[in-house]
Amino acid sequence: MGQVVLKEINKFFDGVHAVKDVNLQIRDKEFMVFVGPSGCGKTTTLRMIAGLEAISSGDISIDGNVVNGLAPMDRDIAMVFQNYALYPHMSVYDNMAFGLKMRKFEKPEIDKRVLEAADILGIGDLLKRRPRQLSGGQRQRVALGRAIVRHPRVFLFDEPLSNLDAKLRVQMRVELKKLHLRLGTTAIYVTHDQVEAMTLGDRVVVMKDGVVQQVGEPLELYNQPANKFVAGFIGSPAMNFAVVTVTEANGSLIAENSGLRIKLPDETAQRLRGHIGREVMLGVRPEDLTVAGSADLDLPCFDAVIEVVEQLGSEILLDMKVGENIMVASVEPTARVRVGDKLRFAMRPSRLHVFNAQTEAAI
Amino acid sequence: MIEGARWRKWVFFYVPMVLFLLFLLFPFYWMVITSVRPDGELYRPWNSINYNPFWTWKPTWEHVRYLFEETLFASWLWNTTFIALASTAISLVCGVFAGYALSRLNFPFAGSLGTAIFITYLVPQTLLFIPLAEIIRNYRLGDTPWSLILTYPTFLIPFCTWLMMGYFKAVPKELEECARIDGASRWQAMLYIVIPVAIPGILSAGIFAFTLSWNEFIYALVFLSSPEQKTVPVGVTSELIRGDVFYWGPLMAGALLGSIPVAIAYSFFVEHYVAGLTGSVKG
Ligand SMILES: Nc1ncnc2c1ncn2[C@@H]1O[C@H](COP(=O)(O)OP(=O)(O)O)[C@@H](O)[C@H]1O
Ligand SMILES: [Mg+2]
Repeated sequence: MGQVVLKEINKFFDGVHAVKDVNLQIRDKEFMVFVGPSGCGKTTTLRMIAGLEAISSGDISIDGNVVNGLAPMDRDIAMVFQNYALYPHMSVYDNMAFGLKMRKFEKPEIDKRVLEAADILGIGDLLKRRPRQLSGGQRQRVALGRAIVRHPRVFLFDEPLSNLDAKLRVQMRVELKKLHLRLGTTAIYVTHDQVEAMTLGDRVVVMKDGVVQQVGEPLELYNQPANKFVAGFIGSPAMNFAVVTVTEANGSLIAENSGLRIKLPDETAQRLRGHIGREVMLGVRPEDLTVAGSADLDLPCFDAVIEVVEQLGSEILLDMKVGENIMVASVEPTARVRVGDKLRFAMRPSRLHVFNAQTEAAI
Repeated sequence: MIEGARWRKWVFFYVPMVLFLLFLLFPFYWMVITSVRPDGELYRPWNSINYNPFWTWKPTWEHVRYLFEETLFASWLWNTTFIALASTAISLVCGVFAGYALSRLNFPFAGSLGTAIFITYLVPQTLLFIPLAEIIRNYRLGDTPWSLILTYPTFLIPFCTWLMMGYFKAVPKELEECARIDGASRWQAMLYIVIPVAIPGILSAGIFAFTLSWNEFIYALVFLSSPEQKTVPVGVTSELIRGDVFYWGPLMAGALLGSIPVAIAYSFFVEHYVAGLTGSVKG
C-alpha cells in the first residue's frame, strides 16, 4: 500500500509563502510527477511528505494515517536525493545495507535484499567500492538501490537525473520507468524537466509559485491545459501565443490582431461567444502548424515571414514573424524553406487553444 | 612553451621559493646545530680565527645528556604530553558537539551564539590568566597538571568549535537527512554518518589544539611553580636561563626535543590535515 493524501498544505519560510493550499491525492502504485520551474515549491512539498520539513498548516496522510508529527524514519518512505547523498565513508554494500541495519534486520535478510537490489540495478560487481570510485550513473544506481532495499511504501525522488549527462539521463529515465513497473511501489518524482514529467508520470502535477496549476495524465495536460502557464510549460518547443480581439462578421467569429486575421473554427467559436469585442489569448502548438497547401484553404490560416530555419533532422523548426508576434512552427523535414520566405500557415482547427487574456485560464 | 617561460619560472618561482625556505628553516637549523655543538665552540668569541658559527666538526650528545641527567626534562616532557593530550581530548569532544549543534540544529540565536564563542577566543590570554589564577587558587589546583588541563579548554574549545562548525557546514545536509529517512535517530545519524565524514576536520582540529596546548606558555608559567610539575616550554626557559646566564646547548636541545613531537604529529596527519583544511567531502 502507498496512498499519499495532501490536504490544504501550506509552507512558510519566514515570510516566503513557498507552498500554497496544495490538495493532492496520490494513488497506490501511482507514478506521480511534480513539475514546474525552479523555485516553485516542488522540493519543499516533497520534503514535507518525507518529514524533513515541518508543515506550516494542513495534513499529510499516508495510507489513511496523518503523519504530520511523525519523524522521517517512521513514515516508511525512501528518498533519492539530487546529489545522491551516498555515505562517502561506506562501501556500496554498506550504503545499501545501512537502512536495514538501522531497522535491525537479520544479517541474512540484509544480504538477500542488497544482492537482489544490486542484481536488479546491475551493480552486483560494485558492492565493495566506495562512492568516490563510481561514475555518475553508477552512483545514481546505488542511490536507487539504497531506496529499493527498504521496500518502502513510497519512493520520493528529488530531481534524481539532473546531475547526469543528457544521454545517460534518457537511459536512466527508461530504467526508472521499468523499475516502477516491476516494483509497483508508489513514487513521487520531482523534476523541472517537462519531458521527464511527460514520459515518466502516470499523472503529473504542474506547479508554479507554490500553487498547483493542474493535475492530470500527461496527454491531458498536453491536450487540455488548464491555463496559459501549463500550456506554455508542457510541450517543446513551447506553444505560440498571440493576443487577439474577437469580432463577429457574417455570423462567424474572427480573431485578429495587427498581423493576424483568422476565422475561428466552429468549436472554438462556441466557447468564445461571450467574448465578442474583447481580447483573448490564442494558443497553438508549433507541431499543429503546417505550411498551407491548396487543400487547406478552409482551415484557419495566416501569413508569416521566416526568420530562422532550425534543422533538427526529424523536423524543422521555423522561427517566423507574424505581424508583431514571433511564432515557431515545427514542420516536416522534407519541407523546402529558406530564410526570408513568405509562407501561408494553416492550423489544425481542433488544436486551437484560447485563454482569458487577464486570468490566463483556459476558455 | 612560451619563449622565456623557463627563466620566468626560475625568477618568479624557484628562486623566491628557495629564499623563503632558507628563511623559514634557518632557525630550526640553528637550533639543531647549537644543540650538538660542544661548549668550547659555543662560547668562542666571534673574532677568533677558527670561529665557524654555521658548522661543527665535533658534534656531541653532551647537552642532551645534561638535559636528561641534570634537569627534570623527562618529567617536563611527560607533563606536557599528558596535559596536551588531556586538554585536547576534552576540547575536541566539546568542540565537536558544540560545532555540530551550532551548525546543524536550528535553535534561536544559534548564529549569535557562534559569534559569541568566537569572541571568547579573541580575549587575550595575558588578561584572562588573572581571573583564572583566582579560580585555580580557590579550587586549590595550583601547581597540579589539572590547573592547565582545565584552563587550556578556555581557548581550545572556542577554537575547536569554530573549526568544526565550518567543517560540519561543508558536510552536505542531505547525508544526514538520508540517514534519518533510512531509520537513524538524530544521534545515530551524527555518530554513524556525520562524525565519520568529518574525521579529517576533527583530526585537524585535534592537531591544532594539541600544538596550541603543547606550546602554551603563560598559563603554565603562572599556574605551575615547582620544577617537577613544569611543562617543556616553561621548564626549559626557567631552569636553563639563570639570571643572565644562558645554557645555550641544553636550551636548544630542549627546544629541539620539545618541538619534535609536534613535528611528528603534523607530518603523521598531514594528509588528513590538508584535506581537513580544504574541507573536501566528495561523495
Ligand atoms: N530552507 C529554506 N529557507 C527559506 N526559503 C526556502 C527554503 N527552502 C526553500 N525556500 C524557498 O521556497 C521556495 C520553493 O523552493 P523549492 O521547493 O526548493 O523549489 P523547487 O524545488 O521547486 O525549485 C523558493 O522560493 C525558495 O527560495
Ligand atoms: Mg528543487
